[in-house]
Amino acid sequence: MQEMVIEAGHAERNYWHDIWRYRELFWFLAWRDILVRYKQTALGVGWALLQPFLTMVVFTIVFGRVAKLPSNGVPYPILVFAGLLPWQFVSRALSESSMSLITNTNLISKVYFPRLIVPAGSVVVSLVDFLISFALLAVLMAWYQFWPGVRMLALIPLIPAAVLAATGPGLLISALNVRFRDFRYIVPFIVQLGVYISPVGFSSDVIPDKWRLLYSLNPLVGVIDLFRWAITGSTLYVPSLVISAVVIVLLLVIGIWYFRRTERTFADII
Amino acid sequence: MNAAIVVEALGKRYSITQSGRQPYSTLRDTIASGVKRGVRTSAVKKAEVDFWALQDVSFTIGQGDVLGIIGRNGAGKSTLLKLLSRITEPTTGKIRIRGRVASLLEVGTGFHPELTGRENIFLNGAILGMSRREIVSRFDEIVDFAEVEQFLDTPVKRYSSGMYVRLAFAVAANLDPEVLIVDEVLAVGDSQFQRKCLGKMKDFSTSEGRTVLFVSHSMASVRALCTRALWLDHGRVRMEGSSLDVIRGYLETSMEGGETTRSLETVKRLPGQGERLMITRVTLNDGESVQHGEPLRVRIDYELRDAVADVAFGVGFSSPEGVRMMSLDSDLESERRNLGGPHTGSVTLMLPVLRLQPGRYALDVAARSGDNVSLDYLPACAWIDVLPGPTTPAVIIRETGGVREPAQWHWDGDASPESGAI
Repeated sequence: MQEMVIEAGHAERNYWHDIWRYRELFWFLAWRDILVRYKQTALGVGWALLQPFLTMVVFTIVFGRVAKLPSNGVPYPILVFAGLLPWQFVSRALSESSMSLITNTNLISKVYFPRLIVPAGSVVVSLVDFLISFALLAVLMAWYQFWPGVRMLALIPLIPAAVLAATGPGLLISALNVRFRDFRYIVPFIVQLGVYISPVGFSSDVIPDKWRLLYSLNPLVGVIDLFRWAITGSTLYVPSLVISAVVIVLLLVIGIWYFRRTERTFADII
Repeated sequence: MNAAIVVEALGKRYSITQSGRQPYSTLRDTIASGVKRGVRTSAVKKAEVDFWALQDVSFTIGQGDVLGIIGRNGAGKSTLLKLLSRITEPTTGKIRIRGRVASLLEVGTGFHPELTGRENIFLNGAILGMSRREIVSRFDEIVDFAEVEQFLDTPVKRYSSGMYVRLAFAVAANLDPEVLIVDEVLAVGDSQFQRKCLGKMKDFSTSEGRTVLFVSHSMASVRALCTRALWLDHGRVRMEGSSLDVIRGYLETSMEGGETTRSLETVKRLPGQGERLMITRVTLNDGESVQHGEPLRVRIDYELRDAVADVAFGVGFSSPEGVRMMSLDSDLESERRNLGGPHTGSVTLMLPVLRLQPGRYALDVAARSGDNVSLDYLPACAWIDVLPGPTTPAVIIRETGGVREPAQWHWDGDASPESGAI
């Protein structure tokens, strides 16, 4: 029979093993959130399509028509959409995971499980909307008769990269949200600002070369550039990818570290 | 004896900041105090008060034991359960548990109102630590136990609270742990279902040799279920031993004696209790003493927030050991009433002759609505002394307890009246 020892300040030796044991709960929580999400909104799946579509229309008009930013021959709506896909996923995953601990207060104060699965689960839930938006991309490509070729297969390894980019900050903010209740007001602000400082409505080629490395400190620059490369075949600026990758890994490490450090007091302060 | 749980010198400290009641802080305050600290060179320390919810708690539970944990509100019972179920970490000490633990600190944790009964069974099962395969294999048993078969595909927000509780308990009852930790979940739901749950828990421990920890305010439940009991008082173990001894010790010191009126507005209740209808005060004999052989009048004042149909009130008297001695329910003698609109009111019951033996009794007061759902339930909310009255015979042996009824006796055989000559 297994024996368990609970002790003060006793770092959980088999924490990662526990996460594996609770993988079913992880899927169940994600499944619950997906069910509830599509049951509650009258528009359901329609909403997941309408939102990126309207954003794309507005960005095409503002950046493509009004500001007349270059697109290297790619139809501007597709250029925008290639950036919008990862952006909407990451911003939604960030918003959802940062609030996830607070919305699951009830669970956290009444049941034990590795708390990490709550914010991580919300990231997975945001993937559903992301995959739905791909249908819209297919329609756009058919409409403009634009086919990038097998390079698009590169999107498959890019999706996990986007997940990691959202998970690090998501964990960090979700834990900070428990500790400091006014942190929740910061996330919508980050998201609102992020859409303009990330290359969503425009290609990152419009950034002057001397600012490009600094610009890449925004980890989404690398992710969006790669998405746009896979979809539209734009040129890649490798140093910026490296910087973004380093920032993503760094944020992930910090996120997990801070989360693990504060996790054991969640039930006391939530 | 094989120990299932060993607890050594366990302590849990909470820091309460004096500025606010919330345990969490805001970034604004933190930055503000940081700035202040910077301006004045001396460190401005936030006024924090340490509060030990548990201190130096040690005990051992053998495998197959059923331990009842009792104590007043705030004595540390819930904190102890939270530590045992790993929800929060101890500040000092050590806990050793052998076997798989399932803890049930609330009925229906994680139930989502929008999801159907079927979906919630899977979700709740997973939350309580069951695997998908286990849930599938026990699905029919769960549905049977909960008696909700025809509502399986209805969102649980449309369930009556009775059905909701039944479903939630049914999932938990089909868990298969070696150690079960239960917090006061039985006090909700109708009485028939409560009995069913108690029965299930008793089977679980006696026939299957599992270990159970059970927190309750109901001395009757602890007495019925537990072999041993632990009494917590201000975060420390006050007494541990056989459940009968501990319950007796607890009841004898935990309440002020001889009360005849008691305000109940601020008494801490279980979740959901006292929300639609709150019992605000109970008064016996208009505040005069309660005497054996004399009339008893119990007045229950209540405050109604929302119209409720088919309301019944009940009053119970229990012995110090937690055994119910007398029950008075309004729906047995008269019909249930519909209470309309928010108002305050009272119900009064009259008993021409109180037959309870002189002695000390714990008073339970409750209000129920139509489908036996508890509206407000205050177990052992006052401590009543029944005094000998003018007609009480001089010789009454208290230990016989209970109720003395003037019965008719018939003698068959060679028996003659005392006064007659032999």
